[in-house]
Amino acid sequence: MKLSGAQIFIECLKREGVEIIFGYPGGQVLPIFDKLYDAKLKFILTRHEQGAAHAADGYARATGKVGVCLATSGPGATNLITGIATAYMDSIPMVAFTGQVKTNLIGNDAFQEADLTGITRPITKHNFLVKRTEDLAQVIREAFYIASTGRPGPVLVDIPSDVQIKEAEFIWPEKITIRSYNPNYFGHPGQIKKAAKLIEKAKKPIIYAGGGIIISQAEKELKILAEKIQSPVTTTLMGLGGFDETHPLSLKMLGMHGTAYANHAIMEADCIIAIGARFDDRVTGRTDTFAPYAKIIHIDIDPTSISKNIRVDIPVVGDAKNVLRELVEFITKKPDTREWLKTISEWKARHPLKYRKTDGIKPQFIIEEINRQTHGDAIICTEVGQHQMWAAQWYKYTKPRTFISSGGLGTMGYGMPAAIGAQLGCPKKTVFNIAGDGSIQMNIQEMMTAVVNKLPIKIAILNNCYLGMVRQWQELFYKKRYSQTPLCNPDFVKLAQSFGAIGMKITRKSDVKQAIKKALSIKDKPVMIDFRVEREENVYPMVPAGEPINKMISGLA
Amino acid sequence: MKHTISVLVENKFGVLARVAGLFSARGYNISSLAVSETQDEAVSYMTIVVNAEDEKVLEQIKKQLNKLIDVISVTDFTRKDYIARELILIKIEAKDKIKDIVIKYPAKIIEAKKDYFVIEIMGDENQIKNFMNDIGDFKVIELVKTGKIAMES
Repeated sequence: MKLSGAQIFIECLKREGVEIIFGYPGGQVLPIFDKLYDAKLKFILTRHEQGAAHAADGYARATGKVGVCLATSGPGATNLITGIATAYMDSIPMVAFTGQVKTNLIGNDAFQEADLTGITRPITKHNFLVKRTEDLAQVIREAFYIASTGRPGPVLVDIPSDVQIKEAEFIWPEKITIRSYNPNYFGHPGQIKKAAKLIEKAKKPIIYAGGGIIISQAEKELKILAEKIQSPVTTTLMGLGGFDETHPLSLKMLGMHGTAYANHAIMEADCIIAIGARFDDRVTGRTDTFAPYAKIIHIDIDPTSISKNIRVDIPVVGDAKNVLRELVEFITKKPDTREWLKTISEWKARHPLKYRKTDGIKPQFIIEEINRQTHGDAIICTEVGQHQMWAAQWYKYTKPRTFISSGGLGTMGYGMPAAIGAQLGCPKKTVFNIAGDGSIQMNIQEMMTAVVNKLPIKIAILNNCYLGMVRQWQELFYKKRYSQTPLCNPDFVKLAQSFGAIGMKITRKSDVKQAIKKALSIKDKPVMIDFRVEREENVYPMVPAGEPINKMISGLA
Repeated sequence: MKHTISVLVENKFGVLARVAGLFSARGYNISSLAVSETQDEAVSYMTIVVNAEDEKVLEQIKKQLNKLIDVISVTDFTRKDYIARELILIKIEAKDKIKDIVIKYPAKIIEAKKDYFVIEIMGDENQIKNFMNDIGDFKVIELVKTGKIAMES
């Protein structure tokens, strides 16, 4: 059967099980958009290509499926870049399609030409420039396979417009094998046995779990391991929801803004079981002082993550779910951790997360109230900054895929489009975007996308009229010289209304509960709440950059 | 310290840029790089000499190379027996004494002009190092190296 490149594109996406494409049309993708006109594929028109990339990413994080976005050549494609880099840093399965100028014009500085495979090489897991229509089906198949297997990541497929028009025999490759790409899903049994022996002898174990738990759907296996060896569990920002934070063994998040008890515990531990985490600098603090007494077991599907920042004693390359299953089997003697758990409960009692209650609206209180009213069951998307850390600290995450945030790249403007992707992927869930007044303005145009698609996203702006996190650093480390951090903002209520959404402004603490209740009752459009919070509230605890991870500023001491 | 690595890659458009990009993005130093097709035209062979300050960096380089989708295999020759060659062309002032030096090495004068000779030398690292020492007193006008190529012995 002969099909045009554009028809092959549609046919391949259907066979890959794609439900939604996020994107924006343009000159070099006209043939594809023409075929999309009749295709039974849901297309979400964002208002900016960056929004399309983040929405595809948010959809992928909320559902576990591959997110798909589509943009034209040149500026359309370069607008995807921040979204692709965001997905790359957080290992999110995504396939980004871009139009390209005709093959005979490539390299000629043609109108709306940019070398997208060149630009995206360091921020994609892999990328392709398709030069022949005959290759298109094979490339798309490989792109989805690479994006979703091993350590997932974004893959870019650049398709010149003549390749979309030309016809070729459509051959769907049923099976895909790439000789140079064979992810290791099962850990080496010898290494897993060694890990089991080390755990059996541990007195002060700690499980340090990252986003790999969520990607590999290993939350049950993680719980079984933790309960079997009675080890406390701390998660990274990306790992939030991978372990139930209401479980007695949970230490919540560790790192720069983690709980004091998680940071003390990892520094005092004699055995760290790292799973699907990468010892990021926001977690380790100063590396030469990190966890001085611990032997480290590191389970990760990506060998380059192992011994990159911190020297590891027992590396296990494999998929978290498979490795954890085997590890639990190999552990025959349970370590005695009673003393250790006693110490930890003392830390928990002595250094709980806290904030000073006043008459003003505390941002932490808003998150607590959202948690209470949604019973910890909402999907919480965030932008980047103070509000992101408060959302991480004060909401109680109990299930995977409920915290959606740009962890690695730290992309302001991520949350609004990500919430759109999450809500479309999970229509029955309550989706919040916890935002700052700075971040929300970075992709505010996507309010229109949410309104058009009748998405009942709740946007809670923790508005302090500052770029709060930068201001906090300026307060603590730059003598309160607030260089370019005070913000002049639009009237968010009118802004929301102009998009056709509901806007609320809350200035009194006593109105917070009612506002959230009202927002939750609206089911057919977005609600934006402008919470006027105490302006100079800081995120604590905090570990200053470059300090050991247990040297925290508490703010309340 | 310098390490010699060979990398078998898919002979596809952009592979060299991927490998080179990996080195520059992560701040690794390439001291030499030689690339060509092999007996199988779908596969290219790269010999890379890297400057890695320690084992940890070398390990990361190998793992990062392996992570590239188009890389089929990576071989580190550090603790292996291997054969290596490098070819150098040197344009040098024409002096009779140079002929006596050339005779002692796997080298020859491939062009002799009134003002200069062009010497070709192909050998292993030591031979080339010694040869370069021996001709150190003469004026080199131009020098071109291929970069090392290596295979397991």
